[in-house]
Amino acid sequence: MGEKLLMKGNEVIAEAAIRAGCRHYFGYPITPQTEVAHYMAKRMPKIGGVFLQAESEVAAINMVYGAACTGVRVMTSSSSPGISLKQEGISYIAGAELPAVIVNIMRAGPGLGGILPAQGDYFQAVKGGGHGDFKMLVLAPCSVQELYELTVEAFNLADKYRIGTMILGDGTLGQMMEAVEFKDEENIVHYEKNWATNGTNMERDHNIITSIDTNPEILESWNLRLQDKYKQITENEVRVEEYNCDGADLIVAAYGSVARIVKNVIKMAQKEGIKVGLIRPITLWPFPVNSFEKYAEVTKAFLTVEMSAGQMVEDVRLAVNGKAPVSFYGRTGGIIPTQQEILDKIKSILNR
Amino acid sequence: MATVFKKPHALRDVPLHYCPGCTHGIVHRLISEVIDELGIEGSTIGVSPVGCTYNNYLYFNCDMVQASHGRAPAVATGIRRALPDKTVFTYQGDGDLAAIGTAEIVHAATRGEKITTIFVNNAIYGMTSGQMAPTTLLNQVTTTTPYGRKADLHGFPIHVCEMLATLEGTAFIERVSLHDIKNINNAKKAIKKAFEVQLAGKGFSIVEILSTCPSNWGLNPLEAMKWLQENMLPVYQLGNFKGKDLEV
Ligand SMILES: Cc1ncc(C[n+]2csc(CCOP(=O)(O)OP(=O)(O)O)c2C)c(N)n1
Repeated sequence: MGEKLLMKGNEVIAEAAIRAGCRHYFGYPITPQTEVAHYMAKRMPKIGGVFLQAESEVAAINMVYGAACTGVRVMTSSSSPGISLKQEGISYIAGAELPAVIVNIMRAGPGLGGILPAQGDYFQAVKGGGHGDFKMLVLAPCSVQELYELTVEAFNLADKYRIGTMILGDGTLGQMMEAVEFKDEENIVHYEKNWATNGTNMERDHNIITSIDTNPEILESWNLRLQDKYKQITENEVRVEEYNCDGADLIVAAYGSVARIVKNVIKMAQKEGIKVGLIRPITLWPFPVNSFEKYAEVTKAFLTVEMSAGQMVEDVRLAVNGKAPVSFYGRTGGIIPTQQEILDKIKSILNR
Repeated sequence: MATVFKKPHALRDVPLHYCPGCTHGIVHRLISEVIDELGIEGSTIGVSPVGCTYNNYLYFNCDMVQASHGRAPAVATGIRRALPDKTVFTYQGDGDLAAIGTAEIVHAATRGEKITTIFVNNAIYGMTSGQMAPTTLLNQVTTTTPYGRKADLHGFPIHVCEMLATLEGTAFIERVSLHDIKNINNAKKAIKKAFEVQLAGKGFSIVEILSTCPSNWGLNPLEAMKWLQENMLPVYQLGNFKGKDLEV
């Protein structure tokens, strides 16, 4: 294996992007993700890359759109209020079928909210926060090591499907220092980009990148193609961790940093003779429906824990489809749920 | 036999969709002639706006990208930064550039982004049927200023060239008009210079082109040309604001 370092989550995202071949970064400062930009600002000029501090998140995502048109690997990062501003561009990226990586290190909302961690942008990320029928591939790491691995993978997936791919983390992950082990060589998959607008060189017909067609039949055919692509992604790209689920009295659904807390709760519960499992979606879209379907047949109860007022729980309920009760526990405003709170909730559900 | 007139290679051989008397077609031709003369068709990427020319990507033979409303300068920035050896231009209307896209044009300009902007000022929103634009003249009647644009209610026409000329990142700024042959020839010279400035790596270049919109002005093409001369020329002073003597 390669180098093992102690690094901050946000810096690992930037380093991972560079290792994945990203040489173009456009962003606008916002806490708690600004270290991504600081790292890029330092490194990019040294490796022939581009770091550009845009005038707004709106401009940054449109720069991403432009760079993506040329076929290069490109990334932007922000936090909740900034991601709201990027939604126009994210929808255009979906419509024009461009590969791009968008990082959201979530903070508490709504509005200006606060700078402490939250998971209130789940709906925005997985249900298409911008206009039109589109999806982003959404990856939810739960450790600094996974921030690294999934950021590299995000670039491969974005290129493979020509899709906007989001890393959805929260302030805890972005700010935490943890050991990360880098590989000697990354698995960079190269995809032919003959659609790119990088100059005809008078050797081919012009390429056009657009998301508009005023002919409804043509526009519908584009939409059907998108839906077809989304179906393929749903079939092939689901990632999930099932932990301690077999024979569990109750299964908790949690993603990102909350899933780490739940793993500790599982140990606490074990000492009290309660068997708790965890389903941790790693792809939030596509959602690991099968895991929930499978355990819904045999598990007495589900509990979804989020740093939100209850968002992913809707997808859990859809997947469980009434076969078992699904409860919810959440904190908002930047408050991280404690292990004890979660354990108490589990016990109250199981009448223990 | 000597050829006295031919379609530029950079302009595709397809019918344009514009209204009779609209000057967008002239602008397309001038850009294409310049691209031909500079021999840069194969290394140019154009950015189409939101507005009547949203799909002018169909008309240019170079690679083309469609941008969201007002964001063409940001999109062009992304392209140009990824392709430092290529030529990039945006084509934008006055709603696109001077209202919704004000931040993007100002910051692309002040960064000295090596792109060329072709800015069509027809004093109105064409595509969405004749609403007030930032460049609409005082007392001009539009569908959203049915009693005329009033300074106390709607503010004043915006002077893009004068405003951008205050920014150090801009290398070439000129305002031209299309109301007669002489001015059309001047417009072409300005467009050519703007592209040459980019090719020489000097910084941001923009040409503002006073244009007509007969359909939304409610005039026939001839009347529209006359209206431009009588009403727009006094407000929008023609000429070079920056980079006239720049060596390229
Ligand atoms: C975000 C957004 N807002 C509004 C519109 C609607 N819209 C389309 S074109 C246009 C005005 C374009 O006017 P201008 O830039 O002057 O170009 P012209 O049509 O006159 O060539 C507007 C408001 C849109 N497409 N997107």
